Amino acid sequence: MASESPSASPSPVKLKASNMNFYYGAFQALHGINLQVETNRITSLIGPSGCGKSTFLRTLNRINDTIKTARWEGEIVLDDESIRDIDVTNLRRRVGMVFQRPNPFPKSIFDNIAYGPKVNGFKGNLSDIVEKSLRRAALWEEVKDKLQKSAQALSGGQQQRLCIARALAVNPEVLLLDEPCSALDPIATAKIEDLLLAIKDQCTIVIVTHNMQQAARVADTTGFFLMGKLIEFDKTEVIFKNPSRKETEDYITGRFG
Amino acid sequence: MDARTRRRYFVNSLMLGLTGVCTLLTVSILFMILGYLVWNGGKALDWAFFTKLPKPPGEVGGGMANAIVGSAKLILLASAIGIPIGFLAGVYLSEFGGRTFPYIVRYVCDLLNGVPSIVIGIFAWTLIVVPMKHFSGWAGGAALSLMLIPIATRSTEQFLRSVPLSMREGSLALGASKWRTVASVVVPASMTGVLTGMILGVARIAGETAPLLFTCLGNQFWSDGFNTPTASLPVMIYTHAISPYDDWHRQAWAAGLVLLVLVLVSNIAARLIMSRGTAPGS
Repeated sequence: MASESPSASPSPVKLKASNMNFYYGAFQALHGINLQVETNRITSLIGPSGCGKSTFLRTLNRINDTIKTARWEGEIVLDDESIRDIDVTNLRRRVGMVFQRPNPFPKSIFDNIAYGPKVNGFKGNLSDIVEKSLRRAALWEEVKDKLQKSAQALSGGQQQRLCIARALAVNPEVLLLDEPCSALDPIATAKIEDLLLAIKDQCTIVIVTHNMQQAARVADTTGFFLMGKLIEFDKTEVIFKNPSRKETEDYITGRFG
Repeated sequence: MDARTRRRYFVNSLMLGLTGVCTLLTVSILFMILGYLVWNGGKALDWAFFTKLPKPPGEVGGGMANAIVGSAKLILLASAIGIPIGFLAGVYLSEFGGRTFPYIVRYVCDLLNGVPSIVIGIFAWTLIVVPMKHFSGWAGGAALSLMLIPIATRSTEQFLRSVPLSMREGSLALGASKWRTVASVVVPASMTGVLTGMILGVARIAGETAPLLFTCLGNQFWSDGFNTPTASLPVMIYTHAISPYDDWHRQAWAAGLVLLVLVLVSNIAARLIMSRGTAPGS
């Protein structure tokens, strides 16, 4: 099933979570998560709704900081530096994010892509960055003649690739994707999966998905979350063909979830 | 058909009729006011109304040019104070406030909005007219701005809040600061709404009379700058309508018509901006 066979040799660790607990007020959403994301690999996080996989992803760029009641314990390290110690805007420039629903700004296609470089003080040629980012997101051919048109007039699949291009425009080291295809049809989904495989040599990718086939198709490594715990974390092949935990097997064979 | 069924049919048509009559009454009020004003004001309206100063009591003719300009000055001053303050306070409430403080501010805003306008007038009189020892355009404009601030604050806040959270997250996730996100994404996304709210707020204060009665008083002549008593359309309507002169009554009707048309036009303009701004794919 996996078209891309996971590389055998381990890659350096890009992101590392140790003993991470997460709380929304009094409710503990994540329990003692330990997980390592390898450089230039695609790591997928799967599990039933409410298992905490999105919460975990949203902690990696500290976007959960915007939720007043949220707090977390433990350590998350990006390149040997705790993400608590990195200035949050700097962290988010290095760790980009694509959301579940496409969220283009109500601006032109060009301005959507140029926004990230602009807020990060980029002074060079914006047109070059816009073209390069759109090409990387496999959207350039479809939009090159209407860059000044509103991004919100694009189709859902195009909007989501635009959001990926927007994230890539600031050259993130890590790209987080939170169920990026859940609102898209299979053709648009396939395009996004192809593009993820194409950019992973320049970017470390963590993707949360509901779709187990998607995890199997694109991911090198997969983690299975259940009720706020990371049940199993291994090479995607192992997770899908020979899981060591019964909960994982039950989930991927469709016995629940 | 038994008695119970007949009773149910009767109650049904009775209530349907009642609600219908009340609805008709509601819409007809506007048209009655409009019709009455057009009938009486239309006869009275002439070119002199827009170009001439009021004539002394008892003399026929003249116009309200000074009141039209005066109203424009007062509204401009009130907008210059009220719109920036209301807008920024609205931004704070929607984007930066915590939990308790904005709740209190919101409540205070709504209370301030409900303060009788005559009380606002007394307040401005105490605060500005008394220390300055004379009536002035400053005092009138300030009184109107006090009415505009809560309206502008609440409408800005509501339109900013209607911008989806995903927009803010999209911007923050690119490394934008909170302020940059608000200024470059949230505010532009809600601009048509905010603008509409401002126009409606300004239209609302344009017709206020009570806050002006003892702040800028009124004036039969031109007033230079903002430091002297200033004429305004609503106060002019008031003083002319209670006067014993027929020609002043005529002019009061004309002023009423002009004021109503101005308010209606700005309301319609606001709705147009709103509907154009929210058209799909724009």
